[in-house]
Amino acid sequence: MASNLPAPTEQNEETDLLLRQVLADVLGLSAERIAELGDESGLFGHLPELDSMAVAGLLTELEDRLDIIIEDDDVDGEMLETFGSLRAFLNEKRGNG
Amino acid sequence: MLTGLWPSPSGSSEYALSFDRQREKRVLVIPALFEEGNKLRHFTVELMRRLDAGDIDCFLPDLPGTNESLEDLERQSLDSWRAAIDAAAHHFGATHVLTMRGGALVAPAHLSAMHYAPVAGSGLLRAMLRAQVMIASEQGRTETRDGLLASGLAEGLRLGGYDIGPQMIGELEAAKPAQDAEQIAQGDVGGGGLWLRAEPGHDPAQAQRLADIIMERLR
Repeated sequence: MASNLPAPTEQNEETDLLLRQVLADVLGLSAERIAELGDESGLFGHLPELDSMAVAGLLTELEDRLDIIIEDDDVDGEMLETFGSLRAFLNEKRGNG
Repeated sequence: MLTGLWPSPSGSSEYALSFDRQREKRVLVIPALFEEGNKLRHFTVELMRRLDAGDIDCFLPDLPGTNESLEDLERQSLDSWRAAIDAAAHHFGATHVLTMRGGALVAPAHLSAMHYAPVAGSGLLRAMLRAQVMIASEQGRTETRDGLLASGLAEGLRLGGYDIGPQMIGELEAAKPAQDAEQIAQGDVGGGGLWLRAEPGHDPAQAQRLADIIMERLR
């Protein structure tokens, strides 16, 4: 039976941690800089180094580490715009997985 | 550090970076493929400096169609790269092979190999096709990975600025690193893999750690 309850908090925290880790690897940022990322922190379109090639690598790495599949249709500017929107997308994917 | 030429089976000469003092251990380094090769080149050369300091000769050949090569990348295949790498291994008298990421896909079968963070061809292709879909979308065109793959298999594709021929695309889909080689996982080296970086980067601590692991295994 489908549930409307939010995914367990433990999983949300894990997604948050993994996303920060992969962003640190992709952007080459220090742990301090990565810890400062908040829900509204801009990603694609805000960070010049995060071009299409880098985003494609980021999403592919997230697929592998979170054991999810991201479809072409899933990827749009909104989903990639902020740290919070990308994390929410990943949580939803994991919940459905 | 020296640059030198080696004869590739196609009849042309290709460049290699070498640290060669006729020492006992001679390692042929097979670079990462396509954009990952670009991201990892600085790291790879810094790794070689450390192997040299550890009394190990090492050689980094250009894959035909990449870097300084005058060959057409579009006409290359994993098979032609394997043949070229075999020729380089023979020319330099390699005793061991170290592969970086997708370089594992073209490693010669007859030499003892260490694979650093090996990746299947399908994984490389997935990321490159996804980037192409995103670039098309920024330009107002709708592409899908399946559609791009189908046209790539028929007539080749330009992916991330690399013109990849149909045979290479078909081979990448199926190619997997040999399982019997020694693996060096990124987790053993520590930190994030530099091929993931948005911009080519370098990490001296990672280069030293990887060199230490290789030297330990060659002992």
